[in-house]
Amino acid sequence: MSHSSTSPLAGPTTSTPALQIRGLGKSFPLGGLFSRASLRALHGVDLTLGRGEIVALVGESGSGKSTLARCVARLEKPSSGAILIDGVDILKRDRFQASRAFRSQLQMVFQDPFGSLNPAHRIEHFLRRSLAIHGKGGSSEQEIQRRLEELMVTVGLQADMLNSYPHELSGGQRQRVAIARALAVEPQIILADEPTSMLDVSVRIGVLNLMRKLRDDQGISMLYITHDLASARYLADRTAVMFAGELVEEGESLDLLANPAHPYTQLLVSAVPDPSRAGSYDPVRRAELRQAVMASTNCAFDGDPNQPCSAEEPVRHQVGDPKNSHWVRCHLYQPWAGADGHALASEPTLATERTHMKASA
Amino acid sequence: MTVSQVSFGSHEPILEVKNLTVRYIGDTRSTTAVDRVSFSIGTGEVFGLAGESGCGKSTIANSIMRLLKDPATIAGGTISFGGKDVLAMSPEELRRFRWQDVAMVFQSAMNSLNPVLTIGEQIVDIFTTHAGYSRRESLRRAGELLELVRMDPARLKSYPHQLSGGMRQRAVIAMAVALKPSLLILDEPTTALDVVVQQEIMAQIKDLQRELGFSVLFITHDMSLMVELSHRIAVMYGGRIVETAKAQDVYANPRHPYTRALMGAFPPLSGPRVPLTGLPDGVKFRNIADLSEVAPGHFVAPVDASAPMNDSVNLEGAAR
Ligand SMILES: Nc1ncnc2c1ncn2[C@@H]1O[C@H](COP(=O)(O)OP(=O)(O)OP(=O)(O)O)[C@@H](O)[C@H]1O
Ligand SMILES: Nc1ncnc2c1ncn2[C@@H]1O[C@H](COP(=O)(O)OP(=O)(O)OP(=O)(O)O)[C@@H](O)[C@H]1O
Ligand SMILES: [Mg+2]
Ligand SMILES: [Mg+2]
Repeated sequence: MSHSSTSPLAGPTTSTPALQIRGLGKSFPLGGLFSRASLRALHGVDLTLGRGEIVALVGESGSGKSTLARCVARLEKPSSGAILIDGVDILKRDRFQASRAFRSQLQMVFQDPFGSLNPAHRIEHFLRRSLAIHGKGGSSEQEIQRRLEELMVTVGLQADMLNSYPHELSGGQRQRVAIARALAVEPQIILADEPTSMLDVSVRIGVLNLMRKLRDDQGISMLYITHDLASARYLADRTAVMFAGELVEEGESLDLLANPAHPYTQLLVSAVPDPSRAGSYDPVRRAELRQAVMASTNCAFDGDPNQPCSAEEPVRHQVGDPKNSHWVRCHLYQPWAGADGHALASEPTLATERTHMKASA
Repeated sequence: MTVSQVSFGSHEPILEVKNLTVRYIGDTRSTTAVDRVSFSIGTGEVFGLAGESGCGKSTIANSIMRLLKDPATIAGGTISFGGKDVLAMSPEELRRFRWQDVAMVFQSAMNSLNPVLTIGEQIVDIFTTHAGYSRRESLRRAGELLELVRMDPARLKSYPHQLSGGMRQRAVIAMAVALKPSLLILDEPTTALDVVVQQEIMAQIKDLQRELGFSVLFITHDMSLMVELSHRIAVMYGGRIVETAKAQDVYANPRHPYTRALMGAFPPLSGPRVPLTGLPDGVKFRNIADLSEVAPGHFVAPVDASAPMNDSVNLEGAAR
């Protein structure tokens, strides 16, 4: 199983990204045995995770974020595409999946902390196993014990919880165990699926800071799946937006959230709860916006001759300053000439504009 | 305690929790997870419960539902629902109480559906056993419920493992509102939902709630969402309530240092990235005193002025 490019010594050149996802597709069969219906969970996803880079993946519930992570972690078999870790296509390596080498390279924090910890084991068991994967299993018992306690403290848990069973822990405590379990391996890549959704903000900030520190100190690359846009902005270098199984926009986090270009991203940003406008939720306006988003993607790349994109060649439009590598993919999005890329100012205009465009198309 | 008399509007409280204390007795670790907690929820009121991870929120919810299992013991206090003593209910009374009077969306919702039954079968089950509807009628209503939580009714045929995390949460929310309970307990119901769907569902629940007049106990870590949706809020720390007031008062004028840290720790959505610290290391509140009223309807646990955390609580980035 030893492959030159996975060994840290004969390591790949620094220019090889830690993770490259190319044209990833995944369909799930639907219905009974004889049904040919299928659900397209992912379609043509390209995403790169640089070394020591943190990329946030945000998007609609059900848009395929977990499926993407599960494909990369080889828990799900993609229907098409390639996944390269350190430049090596892992899909071509059959039994690599279960190997210790793979797990020491890549760890996943699962979305559901209630389903992901085997109830039969004490917390200590999970962390010990991770230390063993990392190769620290052979250290002295004293050393291991010290490391276990240290891990608990870094995620803000008391060391005496090592003896607890998962059912004795609160939701947020389990989430932190799941994070500690991934960290203990000291992998090169962490895929974290909503790792902090059950933590109160002050603990959450601590965990986010810890994730950033690991990146800074050890060069770990992370895919951070979240619904919390503020934390994506706080932690991630880049943010990618997923909608209906496709990436529709990506860019430097601050720029993307300040100048969202895709109608879905705009909808998302505008919906972030804000206590200062409590009670301002307007279902009618929201429904209109949503309609506009749906209309703009339902017919994505359907070969409409009036639209600049086609099914064969969807276009990535650059948004704003090229240094932010901010792009949006949407056949209805047309950057205004001379509007310095920061198009699509206010929502209502957007809604009417889109409807209008559709009607006249 | 006076706090329990303050509730939304002029209505009778539907739920009253008084001096509730819950302990988990273990061989290695014993925890007082809930420590002399009192609050009440008025009819038609949305009551938010926030606090540190592990401070006892789910334990309170489970106590109200009478779902605490060994080694948990209710060491003191009372819970009354519509004037009835919940802690004294017979198994027969509990059966009715649990689905029809009070329904709960568990924090583990994603993991709490029956894996071998489709979503449709599970919702239909609730209707046929508890409401006595025909299968056909139940199926129609099940479809409506999914629409309510923004899911395609075609998903009635899906098994839980075929749904995303957020879809499973939505299915469970649909099941909880199925029988139109008088009290709905939501324990972190939207952790896997994007903000758009989250707002839509919470707006739906609020509409339903206004229409049907039920009450909601809403547990979440999302302070913005909580402030937007709740009438009143209680903030907990280490098993105790440290502050409770009208939502806007907690938001605009948080008094307890922990509440302030909670409110101040939102990373902002605009401006430069500023490093945040949350609660600085070593800040712990101990021996939290009983609440006292600092303004009408605004109760705070007094913080000993000489305690070290008073000046070390870092509110950096608290600018809202
Ligand atoms: N095993 C499966 N069988 C059939 N369909 C599946 C399966 N797993 C996922 N899906 C479908 O794939 C789509 C994407 O699901 P996924 O879990 O990736 O979404 P997500 O973006 O993680 O959503 P959330 O934010 O709600 O967790 C959904 O429509 C889901 O129903
Ligand atoms: N079965 C149990 N045995 C022992 N201790 C338990 C048990 N269940 C919960 N605890 C402890 O009780 C405390 C309160 O737990 P609870 O689940 O109520 O917290 P919570 O406020 O809901 O936290 P979170 O926001 O993380 O879900 C925690 O410290 C937890 O470790
Ligand atoms: Mg998911
Ligand atoms: Mg909980």
